[in-house]
Amino acid sequence: GDSDGGSEDLVLTPAQLIRSLEQAWLNEKFAPELLESKPEIIECVVEQLDHMEANLKRSKKGDLKVSIHHMEIERIRYVLSSYLRCRLVKIEKFLPHVLEKEKSRAEGEPSILSPEEFAFAKEYMANTETYLKNVALKHMPPNLQKVSLLKSVPKPNLDCFVFLRVLERQENILVEPEMDEEREYTIDLEEGSQHLIRYKTIAPLVASGAVQLI
Amino acid sequence: RGSSSRSEAKSGRTDLIFLIRFRHCCLLRNQRCILAYLYDRLLRIRALRWEYGSVLPNTIQFHMSAEEVEWFNRYKKSLATYMRSVGGEEGLDLTQDIKPPKSLYIEVRCLRDYGEFEIDDGTTVLLKKNSQHFLPRWKCEQLIRQGVLEHILS
Repeated sequence: GDSDGGSEDLVLTPAQLIRSLEQAWLNEKFAPELLESKPEIIECVVEQLDHMEANLKRSKKGDLKVSIHHMEIERIRYVLSSYLRCRLVKIEKFLPHVLEKEKSRAEGEPSILSPEEFAFAKEYMANTETYLKNVALKHMPPNLQKVSLLKSVPKPNLDCFVFLRVLERQENILVEPEMDEEREYTIDLEEGSQHLIRYKTIAPLVASGAVQLI
Repeated sequence: RGSSSRSEAKSGRTDLIFLIRFRHCCLLRNQRCILAYLYDRLLRIRALRWEYGSVLPNTIQFHMSAEEVEWFNRYKKSLATYMRSVGGEEGLDLTQDIKPPKSLYIEVRCLRDYGEFEIDDGTTVLLKKNSQHFLPRWKCEQLIRQGVLEHILS
């Protein structure tokens, strides 16, 4: 059956919804930094899964369709779990930077953390800071008792190279030179083409959905 | 100590400045090493939650300090709160479904006595050492990771 989507502007078919989930999942897997949170997709997928499980419970046992639907549920659940796990790993890894970015976010800018992720990140930060303070820092000389995790924890490497496929044609993308002798140049990205390019150059295109990381 | 040499430097003994800076660098390096060591241990303990589940084997707990156990318990709780908030009424257990599903049921062999194990439709299976079973994959994941069951690949 069709799912309602839950958002006011768009009604997605289940196939489109799963496609969006897979796109978000792949982007998150291959991007070096934490991407925008997609609460609408997650909410809809969970609803869809509940719907499918309820259908399963009602249907006859031993029906071939039951196995196939069950398999589909498992598949979708795997993608959703993998997506959320990927985000948690990045949140934990880049903790002070993620929290800083969220705190200094301007009004109207999309959030990179869902409220639940934000709560988790703050708890993890407090937990770790308390631990380090009690086990080591408070025993150190007075001027060494504070440590800035923001300075010590490495930032995500935005200069790494990523593979992408172009979904919407883009013109005049400015590419920075590798070596000092080269000058910066612009390229056009044709729809359907695939590229290996520095993440920093195309980061806004990932956010807007113009390209898909692969 | 640090503060006394700093006050001597303030009183004009410039020859001590280099000594102070050198000493400060050493202290900073030591601080960094200590924190790196402790932080690395925390990362391994964090990985334990995802590997073993919420109850750690005694042999491992024995190697953890009291503060590390407390960190682990708080992390566990934080993670549980997050997972519960995600997937509808029951939440979504993110420590399951680590690998893409290949089939619904898998052949497993029991590596040690575990006792009774309940599967979805209410039936129970007795897991005795060396017994083999054909069970739903998602139910076995945790037990396979804990070393109770072994996935038999044909």
